[in-house]
Amino acid sequence: MWKWLHSYADPQKAYNLSGRLLPWFATLAIGFIGVGSIWGLLFAPVDYQQGDSYRIIFIHVPAASMSMSAYMAMATSAFIGLVWQIKSADWAAAAIAPIGAVVTFIALITGAAWGKPMWGTWWVWDARLTSELVLLFLYLGVISLYASFEDKVLAARAAGILAIVGVINIPIIKYSVEWWNSLHQPATIKITEKSSMAPEMLYPLLINIFGFGLMIGAITLIRFRAEILARNGMRPWVRELAQAEGVK
Amino acid sequence: MNARRKKRLALATALIGGVAAIASLLLYALNSNLNLFYTPTEIVHGKKDTGVKPEIGQRIRVGGMVTVGSLVRDPDSLHVEFAVHDAAGGEVMVTYDDLLPDLFREGQGIVAQGVLIEGGKLEATEVLAKHDENYMPPEVAEAMGQTHEKLDYNSTQKSGY
Repeated sequence: MWKWLHSYADPQKAYNLSGRLLPWFATLAIGFIGVGSIWGLLFAPVDYQQGDSYRIIFIHVPAASMSMSAYMAMATSAFIGLVWQIKSADWAAAAIAPIGAVVTFIALITGAAWGKPMWGTWWVWDARLTSELVLLFLYLGVISLYASFEDKVLAARAAGILAIVGVINIPIIKYSVEWWNSLHQPATIKITEKSSMAPEMLYPLLINIFGFGLMIGAITLIRFRAEILARNGMRPWVRELAQAEGVK
Repeated sequence: MNARRKKRLALATALIGGVAAIASLLLYALNSNLNLFYTPTEIVHGKKDTGVKPEIGQRIRVGGMVTVGSLVRDPDSLHVEFAVHDAAGGEVMVTYDDLLPDLFREGQGIVAQGVLIEGGKLEATEVLAKHDENYMPPEVAEAMGQTHEKLDYNSTQKSGY
């Protein structure tokens, strides 16, 4: 059933496929983030309590939700790489990690900037904020483990195990605001019931969340391609490619 | 799937399962310690699971709703006094001597950090406003009767800061 998928484990095929996908992801990401941000920041109505200050939600929420999705994508790749020993999956996991770290950092910074005027503080050690900070440290741990071994097969195994173990943090982040009382408010966007946000604010937010996902996808593809080339420098097809590009 | 892959799959699954079990036991054990604040009911009656009550002189955080009509402000200083209640019926008085955050209103959720003094009062050193998960345009809020008056500071109060 999955046989057709196996052919894409081949580095050259994965490189070519991600090259074909990249323009789609990049164009759609620019389109979605452009529409979502302009709609959200300029045209969405003000909030009844927070006024214009709430508009940082159009960056904060997409960054925060995608920081978790990116982690799940990284851990899934690491899991496939570990169990089926598919090197392309390991490289994909290594490609996602720095992007996830940056997105998590954006979520933390925009959250702090939003917390200061609204809550009255930049930071508070409540469950949601602390677990999101742990997510940043998990990303940094995966990045540094992968970077600290010369042997990249070993490096991917070590980083992959950390990535898989860290998955436990994702439901903790997600449900921290429901399990414990915290300063951070519960989720606004609900899947099973009506979201507690006016539709004219919700649509640009959803567009931006989707756009952030596409952006992470696009940057992952760029990094994935670079990682494939770096790991396969000695292969004939990479040398041919380099010669075609005029690199000596 | 060959035997080696099966073994690795089992190992990886066991790893995830084991970590999940450890984490859930740990979180279960720490459960009430991970709460950011005491609710007013917990201060009056003690915590639900352990019955632990904060002592006089202890530094704690209280979280709840500012009771409508309870806010008393000194016209010449920043001193304010208000009651914080929760859905379970507990109520705690809070005194505070500094500027309140923009979102502070009667009926708003807040988290106050301070020292518990005699009579179950909290002498707050920091008051943070909690905002809820609802976002709507002002017209909609007005139609739903959810607008709140914002606090104004007069010039004497501002100079006292």
